[in-house]
Amino acid sequence: MRRRVAVTINGTGYEHEVEPRTLLVYYIREQAGLTGTHIGCDTSNCGACTVELDGHTVKSCTMFAVQADGAQITTIEGLAKGSTLHPLQQAFWDEHGLQCGFCTPGMIMAAKQLLERNPNPSEREIRLGLEGNLCRCTGYHNIVKAIQAAAKVMAPGAEAKAPASVS
Amino acid sequence: MAISQMVGASIKRREDPRLVTGTGSYVDDLPQTAIVHMVVVRSTDPHARIAGIDTSRAKEADGVIAVFTGKELLSEFGAPLPVTDCFVPTKKYPKHYPLAIDKVRYVGEPVAIVLASSLSAAQDAAERVEVRYDSLPPVVDIEKAIEKGAPVLHDDVGSNLSYDVKFAAGDIEAAFREAEVKITQRLIQQRLIPFAVEPRGVVADYKPWARKLTIWSSTQIPHFVKVWAAVILGIPESDVRVIAPEVGGGFGSKIRVYPEEIMTALASRRLGRPVKWIEDRGENTKATHHGRSQIWDVEIAAKRDGTVLGIRPTQWLDLGAYCSQFGTFQVLGMLVAQGAYRMKAFDGRAVGVFTNRTPTDAYRGAGRPEATYLIERVMDLVARETGIDPVEVRRKNFVRLEDQPFTTLLGLTYDSGDYRITLDRALQMVDYQGLRREQAEKRKQGKYLGIGLSTYIEICGLGPAVPTQAAVGVSLWGMSVVNVHFTGKATVIIGSSPHGQGHETTYAQVAADVLGIPVEDIDVQHGDTAIGPMGMDTYGSRSTALDGNAVHISAMKVQEKAKKIAAHLLEAAEGDIVYEGGKAYVKGTPSKAVTIQEIAVAAFQTSRLPKGMEGGLEATTFFDPTNFVWPFGAHIAVVEIDADTGATRIRRYVAVDDCGTRINPMVVDGQLHGGIAQGIGQALFEEAVYDEAGQLRTASLVDYLVPTAADLPSFELEATITPSPVNPLGTKGIGEAGTIASSPAIINAIVDALAPFGVKDITMPATPEKVWQLMHRNGGTKR
Amino acid sequence: MIPAAFDYVVPRTLPEAVAELVKRGQEAKVLAGGHSLIPLMKLRLSTPSFLVDIGRINNLNYIREEDGHVAIGALTTHHDIEFSDLLRQKLPLLSGAAAQIGDPQVRNRGTIGGAAAHADPFGDFPACLLALDAELKVVGPKGERSIAARDFFVDTFTSALEPDEIVREIRIATPPTGSTGTYLKFSRRSQDWAIVAVAAQVTVSGHNVANVAIGLTGMGSRPLRASGVEQALRGKGAHDDDIRAAAERAAEGTDPPQDLNGSPDYRRHLAQVLTRRALEQITAHH
Repeated sequence: MRRRVAVTINGTGYEHEVEPRTLLVYYIREQAGLTGTHIGCDTSNCGACTVELDGHTVKSCTMFAVQADGAQITTIEGLAKGSTLHPLQQAFWDEHGLQCGFCTPGMIMAAKQLLERNPNPSEREIRLGLEGNLCRCTGYHNIVKAIQAAAKVMAPGAEAKAPASVS
Repeated sequence: MAISQMVGASIKRREDPRLVTGTGSYVDDLPQTAIVHMVVVRSTDPHARIAGIDTSRAKEADGVIAVFTGKELLSEFGAPLPVTDCFVPTKKYPKHYPLAIDKVRYVGEPVAIVLASSLSAAQDAAERVEVRYDSLPPVVDIEKAIEKGAPVLHDDVGSNLSYDVKFAAGDIEAAFREAEVKITQRLIQQRLIPFAVEPRGVVADYKPWARKLTIWSSTQIPHFVKVWAAVILGIPESDVRVIAPEVGGGFGSKIRVYPEEIMTALASRRLGRPVKWIEDRGENTKATHHGRSQIWDVEIAAKRDGTVLGIRPTQWLDLGAYCSQFGTFQVLGMLVAQGAYRMKAFDGRAVGVFTNRTPTDAYRGAGRPEATYLIERVMDLVARETGIDPVEVRRKNFVRLEDQPFTTLLGLTYDSGDYRITLDRALQMVDYQGLRREQAEKRKQGKYLGIGLSTYIEICGLGPAVPTQAAVGVSLWGMSVVNVHFTGKATVIIGSSPHGQGHETTYAQVAADVLGIPVEDIDVQHGDTAIGPMGMDTYGSRSTALDGNAVHISAMKVQEKAKKIAAHLLEAAEGDIVYEGGKAYVKGTPSKAVTIQEIAVAAFQTSRLPKGMEGGLEATTFFDPTNFVWPFGAHIAVVEIDADTGATRIRRYVAVDDCGTRINPMVVDGQLHGGIAQGIGQALFEEAVYDEAGQLRTASLVDYLVPTAADLPSFELEATITPSPVNPLGTKGIGEAGTIASSPAIINAIVDALAPFGVKDITMPATPEKVWQLMHRNGGTKR
Repeated sequence: MIPAAFDYVVPRTLPEAVAELVKRGQEAKVLAGGHSLIPLMKLRLSTPSFLVDIGRINNLNYIREEDGHVAIGALTTHHDIEFSDLLRQKLPLLSGAAAQIGDPQVRNRGTIGGAAAHADPFGDFPACLLALDAELKVVGPKGERSIAARDFFVDTFTSALEPDEIVREIRIATPPTGSTGTYLKFSRRSQDWAIVAVAAQVTVSGHNVANVAIGLTGMGSRPLRASGVEQALRGKGAHDDDIRAAAERAAEGTDPPQDLNGSPDYRRHLAQVLTRRALEQITAHH
């Protein structure tokens, strides 16, 4: 009854035998040992378990691991490059976009998709883009600010303005 | 004290790098080997005798290690779950054990525990536990609970009435005789589900041969859990260690000793293996305590000029099925219901009842939101009845600067504050007069704009040793240890246990200023009962006022010792030593200084210490302040009502808050943002609904409406700073202010918008349908 | 919670999938995006012992125009519908409704075929498909058949699909020039199901309403057409007064439920308000 599931998470291949009923979030947390993806509800409302799967965000609690077989997955642990935080991680830090931190990984993954689809969102568009992620600490105020700040850094052309590295 | 550099600076939080990378460890993230998973079988009946529990089919299921019922474990409970006096020492309450013994009293009450080698096996087996219930009629209504003939929950209490007590002062009869305006109003504090995004979770590990128990729990109160786990399980307190790892929000919901902390520990002791329980969200909506669930009836005596002479409030508090550990803490609402206002008489009555619903306990603000909602609605009711602007009614009744320190009718003394200043600034920010003009214009066009005020004060900083001991049995002082290491780095240990508040950053700021050690060289540790003395944990906006100041005092003690060592090293009199910026020198010769790092080395070298001085550079403080602290502020909500649908849109939300010294203004504002959002949640969205059969109908986030980003506005914040005179840093508290202030501001705004329809009140949550109904109850005609 | 145990198969073609359903009978359920089924399974309100995952069947994810119809493959996600240029141009009612379903993550996984088959009276697509007179192409052991949307949605969570049938495609006649639509949804919280929603498609010719279709969400145990409004407006002028009068008939013949989100009276009122607003919005463009 167990099924072999092979996925790539943050560039690393994983292969495990799991029951078909194993939810993707448990696969990520227990099989792959990546506990940054959290479980905050059982009805697909809170978004704490949000990961990116083949380029689209999904709630990993609302998907079976077997459905992800062969997929490329990015979790919160896959965003920083070495010791450099992803611009969204940096912006959440800079703008105090988190308090208890439990919703934060899912929130950042949702924000990443939001900015990929709309690099220059209005405040309303940011708020609507986060409608699948609940936070109880921040009132979302600084999360919105963080995403606005990250949008500036991530905007096409923003990198070009940064000083070129000396080779 | 040297000029502050770090206190007052919005430095970035040191907690965040681990949290934004997903590398913090909440209970569910702890490494686990050979762990046993626990699933709790919970009552599906709100009120029933347990006729029998058949666990045989569950025990036979794959992966199951053991199944226990309450009866089987009863002999192992050395004591029931704790209940504190909390303002009502005379209350009656039943013994409450972690598992139901012979009767269940709410849906979600633990009935049995299943222990298995995997979570899925435990869940599968839990479905095979067969509980036979002999149903009894449920009690789901506060007022019906104490009617004659109501089904009684607890035979050992005798009725569903826990207490009925008075809190009165002044001549209320005289106030009503003098009154030109008398108003009676019922105000409902609906039942709320706290919803920390991280549900609760526990791992308990009892090592049989070492005879030591470690509990990792998603709790606000590791120190209290340690005490009570020891008492209930009969294990020496010295052999119990409780760790609150990363905790994903609390808001009061993780403030008590919970059955699952005891059950996991007990199971671990039985099995000799670590046991883990992680609450799922559906479970959380029933098994984690609820908040508020109160009716407030108030009679108001006022004069035509807007003067409030006295109020006569009654608080009907629904304790739920048992008296939770701090269940009657909500009676604090009665003690502080006078708010920011002078009056001649106060005649309060507090009644507590049992119902067949989840027990209630502290929820963000705990008593103070209720008090503020009451008195701020009272101000608006008086304004409406007298036709005086709500701003003027408040100004007329405010405690004035010259009254401070002001003592309330019930004997509490405010520490400081000029309440007119925050109000004036908030009015300026929203252009109050301009808004009133716009409102009048809009009404002519059939559009409804509302402006709502909330000029709150709150009690926090729990607190002074004597009154807090009377309330909860122990003196809730602040605790800290400051320890400067050989290499000049420092460790700060605090007694509070944060869950998002940023103590690792703010307390390092406090210590950095006193010691002159760079903030990045100071590590703040918390949430582990093994690392320091008894702490009093985190709730009631107490941490900065208590532990923050305790850190300051310990750091000052270390500084004093450092000065003594420096005097010895510099061969000078101690009185001539100046300490600033991490250096000590003889007055007038700053070029010949010894640094704190050099002093730290000397502190570990006997030959360099003054004769007879103990080594090390460490100090411990138990801080007992002279009074509570009383933050205050003015919040103004501007709302627009969609006359077609009844939907409320918050156009602006402006807040001017005064919490005394702000150690880290960024963190303070963050607390306000979240607090305001939570109060808006109560005002507009959230309600835990039970049906008449006692079933919770909002048992998931589908039906319990926690607001999303798209449902909330941004907030406009400003501050005034009135340092508290009762602690050295001058700090007050800010964790709950937003929630306390915002619900009445929103409701006052909606009622204001609906004034043309003769609307004087609306119950929370003010749903679009309720608004629509109020607009149309007279066929849509305006008065 | 973790769902009850089940066995699982991943067919590569629709006939294979149908064969699995035939073989397993009532114990099997079809898994597409899973956003209706998996939450029910996690709460153990649904405990199928066998899942047929059609998610890997090729060529079921498309949006194209052919023979005067827009054809949408059953596995097309809400997100693809929301962002489809073709639909935004030809069927803004559908792309607009897609944008209001759940939240971005849900829209990335949920499929139109799954949403139709689930037949949730509070779902957003059913009322749209009803208003657009969509045809649902379904495949079963006896081959393919076509079911009109008005026949497809039978009752709460009940469609005209046989247990061994699977939705393959949704077909909608390309609206004529001058025809456009909108979906107006009212809920208390952004991510929620509708309390009431209105799917309106209107063809304006000159100053007259040549054709109008109104679908209602949340007004009964299945999506409904507001035929009173349609009758009142069809062939009439598109003036504010006409619209206002017509919209007042939005709740005729409906049987709205009482639940935590709203009373029947409130729902009737909302249906009128949303219908009026939808019609005003559409006709304002002309």
